Amino acid sequence: MRECKIVSKKFHLQNSHTLEVSRQNGGYIALEKIKECTPTQIVQIIKESGLRGKGGGGASAGDKWELMPQDSEKPSFLAVNCDESEPGTFKDRQIISYDPHLLIEGILITCYAIKAKHAYIYIRGEYKEYQDILQGAIDEAYDAGLLNECDITIHRGAGAYICGEKSALLESMEGKRGHPRLKPKQKEPEWFFGNPTLVNNVETIASVPFILENGANAYRSYGTEKSPGTLLFAMSGHINTPGVYEAEFGTNMLEYIENYGGGVKNGKKLKAIIPGGVSCGVLTAEECEGLTLDYEALRGAGSSLGTGGMIVMDEDTSMPEALKNILEFYHEESCGQCTPCREGSGWSDKIVGKILDGQGKKEDLEKLFELADSMNGKTICVFAPSISTVLVSFITKFRQEFEALVS
Amino acid sequence: MSFSFSKENLEKITELKTRYPSPKALCLPCLWMVQYQEGYISLDAIDAISKQITIPPMEIYRVATFYTMFHLEKSEKLQVDVCKTLSCKLCGSDEILKHLETKDVKVNHVECLGSCGTAPVMQIDDKNYENLTKEKVDAVLEELA
Ligand SMILES: Cc1cc2nc3c(=O)[nH]c(=O)nc-3n(C[C@H](O)[C@H](O)[C@H](O)COP(=O)(O)O)c2cc1C
Ligand code: SF4
Ligand code: FES
Repeated sequence: MRECKIVSKKFHLQNSHTLEVSRQNGGYIALEKIKECTPTQIVQIIKESGLRGKGGGGASAGDKWELMPQDSEKPSFLAVNCDESEPGTFKDRQIISYDPHLLIEGILITCYAIKAKHAYIYIRGEYKEYQDILQGAIDEAYDAGLLNECDITIHRGAGAYICGEKSALLESMEGKRGHPRLKPKQKEPEWFFGNPTLVNNVETIASVPFILENGANAYRSYGTEKSPGTLLFAMSGHINTPGVYEAEFGTNMLEYIENYGGGVKNGKKLKAIIPGGVSCGVLTAEECEGLTLDYEALRGAGSSLGTGGMIVMDEDTSMPEALKNILEFYHEESCGQCTPCREGSGWSDKIVGKILDGQGKKEDLEKLFELADSMNGKTICVFAPSISTVLVSFITKFRQEFEALVS
Repeated sequence: MSFSFSKENLEKITELKTRYPSPKALCLPCLWMVQYQEGYISLDAIDAISKQITIPPMEIYRVATFYTMFHLEKSEKLQVDVCKTLSCKLCGSDEILKHLETKDVKVNHVECLGSCGTAPVMQIDDKNYENLTKEKVDAVLEELA
């Protein structure tokens, strides 16, 4: 397995969060390059690099940047998504605590390319400790005159998973409840108080300096044809050395887990993995054999790569209990706008609870499939379809465990 | 009980207004200021925010109740937020929760805190305590007492 450190290069250094250490180790070199390029040239470089959004969706970053107007009368904005609330995901946190200047440099390059003069970093309320480190770095950057042409403001959330969804994030920044907006039919930017706005994940933006400094091809030399570059993959759950370890796309999943995670805890056997946060379908140990960590392979396996935060479960894990735990999360976090989601998240949680209490009937499993169907593709955002995926994957793949509990 | 922003917070509000296209964006920042200033968010404070940011008080109230980290009531006890989501559960959060029930604190079961790799985890006053064991919980609570 090839070691590749694009975003995590400076994480291990002492005082890596300071401007001094950043500068001593190549920080802000890429920023110099913008003087040689026009904004549209930078957008082209990002397009050629094949950089994909690292917040879970994997959309082409260049395509999104291209939607931003270059000659708008209204001000353009960048909103950096540091809401990081997908269970199993804790990578953006590493960037803002161990290399905040990499993010700031990425923001400055991005803002130049999309002609924005102000960037907001929307950070989840629970990250106050790391927010303070990031704010310290922003203050340093102001003092060093790096932010003369572009402002950066941290905007703190207050405990709502749904605010990670990009339009809900902007609603939240506009001072409202975090309710996702209806998607427009055509491709267009997001809007912040009616002004064109680009929303990208922290890690996406933190990947930009490498690409600008080394070129699109250097980025493409990592990863696969369709999933170029690297990701801060992560592991948690039943694993010996959980944590965040950067790897290139296309890395063998089980080798990654052996190599960085030291295998399953207590010498137990692997039972299942949820590959990229709880919104991805669960995979059985057999399905993980030979699987590689890239968008295409995970999609092919009927799941998705998501945020790359893998949750590992050993042979003794009760899958009905794991499912109940995830459904409680969904029930708690549904924003409540759409009836299938608001009701379906509660009902499915209740039914699985009933099954676990020994009160379940065979029909209840069918009822869960019906609920899954009612939540699939009939709502404002993909939160409800995710519940559907999770329900179906758990019950189909571990059916005996559920059947053993119902009469 | 009436509420007025501290001088420091008023200055912060003035500065923040220059950073956004509309004062409405200051809704969450102002709610945070109130919560740090008073420990909770009173209806009087909501009126005071409304005067600053051109959003009606009722709307601010709706917003405040949407976000789980805003408290609309004063709490006498120490608030302990314990993550109960999957990675923490797999790593023994149930036991930590049970242990905390025996303590004189207000335990809140919260969703993933972004510390899944260092599970189980709890948060007290914006600080994370990770890789928890019962002994570690005792030590932390003793230190904070
Ligand atoms: C329910 C839901 C929650 C999301 N949570 C996050 C999140 O916490 N962080 C994030 O970066 N993206 C999250 N996203 C994806 C964002 O909507 C958006 O696509 C992303 O921030 C865009 O950045 P990227 O293209 O750089 O990934 C979420 C999406 C949905 C539907
Ligand atoms: S699907 Fe659920 S979370 Fe998404 S907008 Fe509808 S109710 Fe809200
Ligand atoms: S599951 Fe507990 S911190 Fe993520």
